[in-house]
Amino acid sequence: MSTRLAQGGRFLDRSEQVTFRFNGKYLKGFAGDTLASALLANDRMLMGRSFKYHRPRGVVASGAEEPNALVGLGAGARFEPNQRVTTTELFDGLQAESQNHWPSLEYDIGAVNTYLSRFLPAGFYYKMFLYPRAFWKHVYEPFIRKSAGLGKAPTSADADRYEHFNATTDVLVIGGGVAGLQAALAAGRSGARVLLMEQTAHWGGRAPVDGGTVDGQQVDAWIGTVVSELETMSNVTLRLRCMGAGVYDHGYMLGYERLRDHAPDADGPRHRLWRVRARQIVTATGAIERPISFAGNDIPGVMLAGAVRDYAVNWGVSVGDRVVIATNNDDAYRTAITLKGLGLHVPVILDARATGGGALAEAARALGIRVENGKAIAKVKGGKRVTGVAICAQAGEGAVLEDIACDAVAMSGGWSPVVHLWSHCGGKLLWDADHAMFRPDPSRAPTGVDGQAMVIAAGAANGAMDLAAVLADADQAGRAAALAAGHQMAAGKLPRVEVQQQAAIAPVWMMPQGAPYALRAKSWLDFQNDVKVSDVQLAVQEGFTSVEHAKRYTTLGMATDQGKLSNINGLATLAHALNTDIPSVGTTTFRPPYTPISMGAIAGEARGKIFQPLRRTPLHDWHAANGAYWEPVGYWRRPYCYQRPGESVHDAVAREVTQTRASLGLLDASTLGKLVVKGPDAGRFMDMLYTNMMSNLAVGKCRYGLMCSENGFLMDDGVVARMSEDTWLCHTTTGGADRIHAHLEEWLQTEWWDWKVYVANVTEQYAQFAVVGPNARNLLEKLGGMDLGKDTLPFMQWAEGSLGGVAARVFRISFSGELSFEVAVPASQGHAFWERLMAEGAEFGATPYGTEALHIMRAEKGFIMIGDETDGTVIPQDLGLGWAISKKKDDYIGKRGQQRSHMTDPNRWQLVGLETLDGSTLPDGAYAVADGTNANGQRNTQGRVTSTYHSPTLGRGIAMGLVLDGPARMGQVISFGKTDGTEVKAKIVDQVFFDKDGEKQNV
Amino acid sequence: MSDPVSALNGASFEGLVTIADRGPVGMITLCGDLSTAAMAKAVDTALGLPIPPMGRIQPAKGVSEGQAAWMSPDEILLILPYGQVSTALRSLEKSLKGEHHLAENLSDARALFSVTGSDPLVREVLAKLSPADLHPAAFKPGDFRRSRLAQVAGAIWMPAAGQINVVCFRSVAAYVYDLLCNAADPAAPVDYFR
Repeated sequence: MSTRLAQGGRFLDRSEQVTFRFNGKYLKGFAGDTLASALLANDRMLMGRSFKYHRPRGVVASGAEEPNALVGLGAGARFEPNQRVTTTELFDGLQAESQNHWPSLEYDIGAVNTYLSRFLPAGFYYKMFLYPRAFWKHVYEPFIRKSAGLGKAPTSADADRYEHFNATTDVLVIGGGVAGLQAALAAGRSGARVLLMEQTAHWGGRAPVDGGTVDGQQVDAWIGTVVSELETMSNVTLRLRCMGAGVYDHGYMLGYERLRDHAPDADGPRHRLWRVRARQIVTATGAIERPISFAGNDIPGVMLAGAVRDYAVNWGVSVGDRVVIATNNDDAYRTAITLKGLGLHVPVILDARATGGGALAEAARALGIRVENGKAIAKVKGGKRVTGVAICAQAGEGAVLEDIACDAVAMSGGWSPVVHLWSHCGGKLLWDADHAMFRPDPSRAPTGVDGQAMVIAAGAANGAMDLAAVLADADQAGRAAALAAGHQMAAGKLPRVEVQQQAAIAPVWMMPQGAPYALRAKSWLDFQNDVKVSDVQLAVQEGFTSVEHAKRYTTLGMATDQGKLSNINGLATLAHALNTDIPSVGTTTFRPPYTPISMGAIAGEARGKIFQPLRRTPLHDWHAANGAYWEPVGYWRRPYCYQRPGESVHDAVAREVTQTRASLGLLDASTLGKLVVKGPDAGRFMDMLYTNMMSNLAVGKCRYGLMCSENGFLMDDGVVARMSEDTWLCHTTTGGADRIHAHLEEWLQTEWWDWKVYVANVTEQYAQFAVVGPNARNLLEKLGGMDLGKDTLPFMQWAEGSLGGVAARVFRISFSGELSFEVAVPASQGHAFWERLMAEGAEFGATPYGTEALHIMRAEKGFIMIGDETDGTVIPQDLGLGWAISKKKDDYIGKRGQQRSHMTDPNRWQLVGLETLDGSTLPDGAYAVADGTNANGQRNTQGRVTSTYHSPTLGRGIAMGLVLDGPARMGQVISFGKTDGTEVKAKIVDQVFFDKDGEKQNV
Repeated sequence: MSDPVSALNGASFEGLVTIADRGPVGMITLCGDLSTAAMAKAVDTALGLPIPPMGRIQPAKGVSEGQAAWMSPDEILLILPYGQVSTALRSLEKSLKGEHHLAENLSDARALFSVTGSDPLVREVLAKLSPADLHPAAFKPGDFRRSRLAQVAGAIWMPAAGQINVVCFRSVAAYVYDLLCNAADPAAPVDYFR
């Protein structure tokens, strides 16, 4: 029986009873409980089922390292799987469901796996699912998917809010135990900005449970004093419920603050992700106790000795009336002494060390506790709960000397410093054989931008295992961190602690040391992923001798707890099987986060309307109010078309094209990129950027240009206007504006840094509208203010002036083949100007048109579109754009690339127009088929569709495509494959389908 | 000519702090060699402004309402009343004739917000969005930072304690305003800056 003790529990407020539900049953706890302590207080030792064998499992630890007791927490929009009961603070109304069982926790069909364990050894997945091949899709994959993962995925959107917070600090201390407090104090006294994070809701860590005196007072009183002092220091910030999740390059780290997990109904964000930039980081992350591998060490009721002590002292919970203790070190004696003091029975302490323990062992004996040196657990008895242990000699092979009845087993295999955060960014470890642990190697610390150490480990996390050593080490770490962060050491004396003599730990990794297979096959290393001693040994036998291979083959340490309990025992087992020592095996990689953090915290504020930036033109709201059917273009939304009530998208597009060609269309082209390039060297810079000549463009004129990447591929296009003697304005594609701006800056800053050129991105300064159609000039002349006549402003020229009282630049350019002007006005007047255009254009039936009408009209004219005709593999020469490539220039970006053999290959597919014989519209991206098949048995191809539309102007499908020898095959008919398996025939034609002579635009 | 309209047209929000769209503001980006006497003279002549040192924004010396902010080693941002931009540009062009430079009116390409309230809370709201160090020891009145606001570029400066001004591109004005309002949720104070 686990139960609540009549007294005790330093975290409990017994006056406040809390009701919660576990698997549908109502249970009671107290304020201050964790879900783990409350379940234990209600005698719920069985909390879950293991991943592979569905073994009954109870809680084994009391903190973040817990591998077994994971639950689905909450319901509906607040449901979250795989939550550790040990780090879940209890609150009124909490709902939890145990995981990985069917039909119930008590009776789980999947537990049959445990009887099949002989057939589910290490590497089972790799061996089993190979053959027969046909089984994969219908048998194996569904089976693996069904059995994969512990918890269920949530099905509704998260109801909570999250946020990020950026903080910069001199010294960040991770861990609010006595070491973290002392380090923060030492650093804070120097005047450095200090941020101290503690993952639990309490300061002081486990020191109050372990006891001791500091400066003449009990350690918990000392903790209170230090916290009070820190709270008065304005340069120190203290955060509880804030876990150091990861340490990254150059002092960047993430903290995971759980603001509302313990009070989910309170208003405000649930989690806050701290993005901290620290000059120095002190990892005072404590230590984690190791289990011992003996048969049945996973049966509910077998727990870490420190955890048994925690439950008793912190939460007034007894895990059983009779607790057998198995240890290889002195610390576990504290558990025996604590339990005895609470009036509970400790039938025996099994100390694997032949020579036994030190002062603590004497104290235990003095309390009348039976201590057996050189003894071990042969096996634990029980199924869903411990009923007893069989004792044997540690030196032997498990012959049972005695059976002892008990309700729980407290085990301690020693303590491992929590080196995770030290290691995240490259901190190295050394094996301390005397203390049987890996600890940080201070000579190989993670380094910052200056090549100097940026992380200092402190206290137990640095391998200091008694209170005196912990405080001395932490004090030193805090001072060193402040000094390294540029602050002077301050006076302050080291707390005085009485040193307690302890006997050395014995490196016991298995009980008994000669355990036969039957025992090893029941001795768990990784509880969550069901990896046993025998599995690691099998992996070695099968040749997986590298620690990283053995880990993946056995899945040791790959569960959600990342092997916090299993790693060192697994390494020791591996080393033993390889007949080598632990340091030569090495460790696996420690990766952030320290424990899983919520996806919500990572996303932060980015959800709903601020999920990602939406770029809006000055007309955005007008578009929305006028039936815009949106198309995302980069972060912009552009109207694809404007739907009238009851009108289909197809009909709207056709109406817009027809009306524009017949009379007048208006387009919001504000999103087009506009880059100003200015300076004495701007001309030669322009000649390098574009494939054609730009330096000889006359002031007042426009020229269409192509931009290629270094490799020669076409990356952007647009109209360039010469603004003045030393200034050019480059129009880019909508999606290209920022990218091309960066491209220009990169060349200027890295390659031609000595050229006198400045570039400014003025895209958003202007609202730019295309006024298109036979009545375009009539509309602008109605506004008045500028002479836009055929001869005053010929095609491909621009002028500056005032239109209807608004400062405007008018570019006479056309992407539609119609008489067309692009008018740029200040963005702050864009909306008003557009309303004027609409009002004055009403007599011409002015029709706003969207991107699809734009696309159709340009395709009717055979103009290419970046992203349709280009895909990063196309060069201008493929598109019949040789005329836009200067032969005179020595060089331009991409020129050399275009001279490579593959680029000059005459078999490169070339751009042509395509007309289906039946007038239908070709499917986008369809391939033209050719005779025969390739080496993979696929049909040979000879071309593909790059743009395809139904042309309302011509009343038929039109398309452009890249075709083998295309321009030489005019009039030939080729076939395009469709996804339904049929083919459609199309004739190769000139790509200009409409107004070949350009009569419409030259008026 | 109609009145210029800013992207959010004067919107405002009260939360942990007050967030307000400041309407149309004149902004000129000026690139050139900031160390030359010609540049200093040109900026002084146009707006009575000094060349600001790195990371700073400086107000005009006389009665002018202008300010100059350091953007990069060869770029400053001139902030001035919207109506004075063309005059200032003409003055700059005249003074800098023959000097390699670029001066462009970007008033309409930007949006300007003010975040006002208690000094720690104003810092806190911005620190939820920007990685810049906003601790009072590192970000003081007169400091100017080009930074990032969640997913977009932005610049911030502190005209006085208890106020941070935020500049972003016009197209993302609504996004930045929504970010600021969200960060100013009254139920989400951090209690970090003091």
